[in-house]
Amino acid sequence: MGGNWKSATIKPEGLHSLIGKLRDEAYRVVGPTMRDDAIVYDDIAGLDDLPKGWTDDQEAGRYALARRSDDAYFGYNVGPHSWKQFLFPPVETMWHAQRDEDGAMTCSAPSRPKEKFAFVGVRACEIHAIAIQDRVFREGPFADNAYASRRQDAFIIAVNCGQAGATCFCSSMGTGPRADGGFDLALTELLEGGDHRFLVEIGSEAGAAIMEAVPHAPASSEQVEAAAAIVEETANRMGRSLETDGLKELLQGNLDHPRWNDVADRCLTCGNCTMVCPTCFCTTVEDHSDLENRTAERVRKWDSCFTLDFSYIHGGSVRTTTHSRYRQWMTHKLANWIDQFGTSGCVGCGRCITWCPTGIDLTEEAAAIRAAPSKADAQ
Amino acid sequence: MSQRPRLAVWKFASCDGCQLSLLDCEDELLTLAGAIEIANFPEASSAVADGPYDLSLVEGSITTPHDAERILEVRAQSKYLVTIGACATSGGIQALRNFADVKDFVAAVYASPEYIDTLDTSTPISGHVAVDYELHGCPINKAQLLEVISAFLAGRKPAVPAHSVCIECKQRGNVCVMVQGKPCLGPVTHAGCGAICPAYRRGCYGCFGPMETPNMAALSREWRALGAQPRDIKRALRTFNTWSEPFRRESEAHAD
Ligand code: SF4
Ligand code: SF4
Ligand code: SF4
Ligand code: SF4
Repeated sequence: MGGNWKSATIKPEGLHSLIGKLRDEAYRVVGPTMRDDAIVYDDIAGLDDLPKGWTDDQEAGRYALARRSDDAYFGYNVGPHSWKQFLFPPVETMWHAQRDEDGAMTCSAPSRPKEKFAFVGVRACEIHAIAIQDRVFREGPFADNAYASRRQDAFIIAVNCGQAGATCFCSSMGTGPRADGGFDLALTELLEGGDHRFLVEIGSEAGAAIMEAVPHAPASSEQVEAAAAIVEETANRMGRSLETDGLKELLQGNLDHPRWNDVADRCLTCGNCTMVCPTCFCTTVEDHSDLENRTAERVRKWDSCFTLDFSYIHGGSVRTTTHSRYRQWMTHKLANWIDQFGTSGCVGCGRCITWCPTGIDLTEEAAAIRAAPSKADAQ
Repeated sequence: MSQRPRLAVWKFASCDGCQLSLLDCEDELLTLAGAIEIANFPEASSAVADGPYDLSLVEGSITTPHDAERILEVRAQSKYLVTIGACATSGGIQALRNFADVKDFVAAVYASPEYIDTLDTSTPISGHVAVDYELHGCPINKAQLLEVISAFLAGRKPAVPAHSVCIECKQRGNVCVMVQGKPCLGPVTHAGCGAICPAYRRGCYGCFGPMETPNMAALSREWRALGAQPRDIKRALRTFNTWSEPFRRESEAHAD
């Protein structure tokens, strides 16, 4: 599709009118906005809701907002939320059951309001994360219809990153910082020379159609080059890196490495890394019945491989130690995922590093194992 | 329903807050009274029927010789015994006495200490009799209480997760206050409250006691990195669940 992209530029007011058009078309427009001293994803109505002039300082286990020296609208990296909050909600009722007077039971699907999302400011790593969840939820033999319908309707406005955060490593994972597909429109923010504009690439017919209604100008070749240079600069300034060469074999061959005990000493088994990871898809189901035993419901919730219940089978939990749980998470994400789905389960967004309360960094853990692979496992 | 199961609610050393959670179930109270015979619940009704009981909810900790006897009687009359709240489950805030000499407190508080007959310690119900299920919280979450009772009535396992508060915090969409610089007990605390305090931008106070596999030392190291002093850590752990093993031991590892 790449060759067919038409490029245009819009001014910030153009982005405002784009958001307005999407709202007119009954999209629920979600994008970056400031709340709780962070840049979160929530409903936005226009430019005023965006974090203009703000950025985020991130490090392992640390996050803080900071002022930028310019008025960039997308001058931050990814925050505590991801789009999975919307496509794959943390808590979702699967079905209700009702028993009538003579004991007959009827099951019903919960009524879900039909919601069409438009996501503004989706980063390249996040587009890859959505593609990974697509593989899990809608491309396998048992599609999740609710996910598939939300996904089907979603309108995606990507943003190519003008900077990389200190915990970003998409360059290593081949997932960014430039969005190379999977969007309806992709923006690159241009701030040079006081002429604040967005270079717009069109990625779909829906994207092209809505652009008709938004005031835009054709992009000059200088603007196209400037945008390419920005993204290239970002690619060279990743805060983290992960050597992926032979990583699957390395991890699968080092299941008894002493480093797993070392990380277990620091890991709280709190589950935050799995909750913030945009690709983690595990859930548990809770069955509830009421006091009269007349109605019941099954509720699905995000789950984590860091809980004891997660690996509970008849007779007990299979992964009782912290090292076995951390190892499960990291080897699944970076190694076994490849066997299961054909790609890594990590897109290099850095969230698990930033939002781990003790700052455990999977790139560092992987590097430590690579630096001294254990003798016993090596063959 | 011909024979409804019989419920009793017992009070030991406690503030009554957890029993109130049951009375607070206004919308469900009538249904509850239809599904179960509320045979013994002095807080709600002075009509008290004798045991045995199918389900006993026990609030409060054991702090007197009299209560240490009484809980044996409660156990003997109860088919299932469920503790409700931090006092019954871990000894409560009153277990702070366990770290000091209770005689000093008695002398300081009461005009005539000789009338006071109390134990040296405040201990959880499980320290005295077998407990079938423990519901955490100071106070308990009333939705969880209804879940436990509904599960009992249906003969199924209650859906009450024992993982960290962090998982609820993330399910709720909160921004983590700890990563933003505020010490939080959420990573070592049992879920159940729905991460209320982080939702209001405060660190978790640990009301639901230790989660299933708390790594206390790692949490303390992180608190120190965020600027907490040893006494801050000690004080944070010396609250409603201070006598639970992980909180007690970690609090003892930090100086005043
Ligand atoms: S990982 Fe890459 S694409 Fe994702 S936010 Fe960072 S720089 Fe942007
Ligand atoms: S494993 Fe970490 S860096 Fe990789 S996608 Fe998940 S949260 Fe992002
Ligand atoms: S790696 Fe960090 S975020 Fe993940 S469970 Fe351990 S302490 Fe929590
Ligand atoms: S605010 Fe506290 S409870 Fe919430 S995720 Fe952070 S550490 Fe866990």
